[in-house]
Amino acid sequence: MPDATELELIAQELRAAPEIGADGVVQTTFFRERATVEIAPKAIRATLSRLRERGYAFLSSVHGVDYFPHEPRLGVHYEMLDMARVDRLTVKARVSTQDPHLDSVAGEWPTADHQEREVYDMFGVIFDGHPDLRRILMPEDYEGHPQRRDFPIGGEPVFFTFNDPAEHPAAEQPASTGPSQ
Amino acid sequence: MSTEARSAYRRMEESITLSPLGEPEADQSGMSLADWGGGHETQELLTLNMGPHHPATHGVLRLLVTLQGEIVRDIKPIIGYVHTGIEKTAEDKAYWKVIPVLERMDYLSYFFNSMAYCTAVEAIAEVQVPKRAQYLRVIHLELNRIMSHLVWLGTSALDLGAISMFWYCFREREQILDLFEMSAGQRMHTRYFQVGGVMEDIPRGFLEKLKAFVDVMPGRTDQYNALLHSNEIVLQRLRGTCPLDAEKLLAYGVTGPLLRSAGNPWDLRKAAPYSSYDDFDFKIPVGTVGDNYDRFAVRLAEIYESVKIIKQAMEGLPEGPYITTDRKIALPPRHELATSMEALIHHFKLVTEGMRVPPGEVYSAIESPRGELGCFLRSDGSSKPARVHVRDPSFVNLQALSEMAEGSYIADLIATLAMLDPVLGGIDR
Repeated sequence: MPDATELELIAQELRAAPEIGADGVVQTTFFRERATVEIAPKAIRATLSRLRERGYAFLSSVHGVDYFPHEPRLGVHYEMLDMARVDRLTVKARVSTQDPHLDSVAGEWPTADHQEREVYDMFGVIFDGHPDLRRILMPEDYEGHPQRRDFPIGGEPVFFTFNDPAEHPAAEQPASTGPSQ
Repeated sequence: MSTEARSAYRRMEESITLSPLGEPEADQSGMSLADWGGGHETQELLTLNMGPHHPATHGVLRLLVTLQGEIVRDIKPIIGYVHTGIEKTAEDKAYWKVIPVLERMDYLSYFFNSMAYCTAVEAIAEVQVPKRAQYLRVIHLELNRIMSHLVWLGTSALDLGAISMFWYCFREREQILDLFEMSAGQRMHTRYFQVGGVMEDIPRGFLEKLKAFVDVMPGRTDQYNALLHSNEIVLQRLRGTCPLDAEKLLAYGVTGPLLRSAGNPWDLRKAAPYSSYDDFDFKIPVGTVGDNYDRFAVRLAEIYESVKIIKQAMEGLPEGPYITTDRKIALPPRHELATSMEALIHHFKLVTEGMRVPPGEVYSAIESPRGELGCFLRSDGSSKPARVHVRDPSFVNLQALSEMAEGSYIADLIATLAMLDPVLGGIDR
């Protein structure tokens, strides 16, 4: 892991880069020996390319997070790894639910393809420029983004044709199916 | 994304189509194949649906394969059939109750799932794991790695047409499951690893039984080696098929035995040792070209190394507590409850509410039998995790399948899928 000083140096270098700019880096966090740099959503591709030149060439994971009730609510984390120095750095971008747009990095890192699709599926973050942004784990016609914090747990109807009133009109009358408990 | 585009995709997905590539080419004599009364078949692309209920897909994986004759031209994996929302469920459970749920993700490497999660919680809560617990964890992790590789070996050999391997591998797997039952009370999904250590110390007789297993396992692996390495059919099916070099594998995020088979010795147990892995002397088997044979040979060689680690951990097993003595994290010993009011309070608080973890975010990764298994954990300071995300190696590795198998025969696709070793429980979560 880079230590706290090196993290600041990386942040300085990112701010100095013309394609990222001084407002591109929001803040840095050093927590439990783990370094995180939070950047503005528009700077995501430029930042990751810069970090790749610094040696953080392996994108090991992309996570989605919902920071409800804090704003901006949605966060996307990119776990960068420098395999030669065994060094990890987390890059984080926060977007709001009203405008959940981020640039896709699947072109440079093919591994992000499925992972960005998962974040889109679960949180509704739209990755602009993704080659094939579709749901990946949930059914294609599913409504809502289930990993959001305001999405309730449980109470899901089971997707059997029996539960479809169009196919089985009798299923509409709960009295005929007996007590629901 | 418009509905129209989606339904067009759906149509493509559901159809088994024959789409002509154009007119068949003429040969030197000026006659095209069509003039001989045939040829159209070999000039068409066939979209074939494989799975989700197909024994060779190792679970409920569905592949849309585009074929030109017997040559694979394109593969689109479709997943999500066993998605059970485990990460969502975890947000509704106290920290220690998350462990049994997470273990059910990758159902062949349950110890690794709980280990990834426990190390993440321990990092946030700054819990020190006692040395004995670390060694006990290593013993169970490596047993689990052997068990997972045995299931892989048996089912892969099955895909290659060698049925008897399956029974041999499951014989040793049973021995390992018996050991798990002895130490944890369960054969699978043991909930043995807890935040701060392990659930219980190993019972009397466990080490003797483990020693018997450790003594017999290298010889058994020799037998598997002899059975398959001298089998000309297996060798011809594996050698030189579907290679992918290390650079492309890294671009796809592939780690674990698949990456090592292409010559890159990346292994988190060596690179970033956790749980006392730096105490043990073991080697990292690597391949050369990254074809199916290398993938096969690397995993088989890893069984020997895991046995070596278990042997060392068993012989050097230190005395001491098996779980942290921090009463805010781990339950007090049962006998204290009768005499100590404080122990009773701690017990009550832990069982009803669970432990509280300071707010923060960590990502913690370990080396599972399939590659880097990472757990991202966000805590908001309450007794339930605010977000658990598991970077499952099968989910990421699956992306490389298309590039591996394109341009090869459909039979080699089956072999490659077997050598990829995906576990759908881990992919879909």
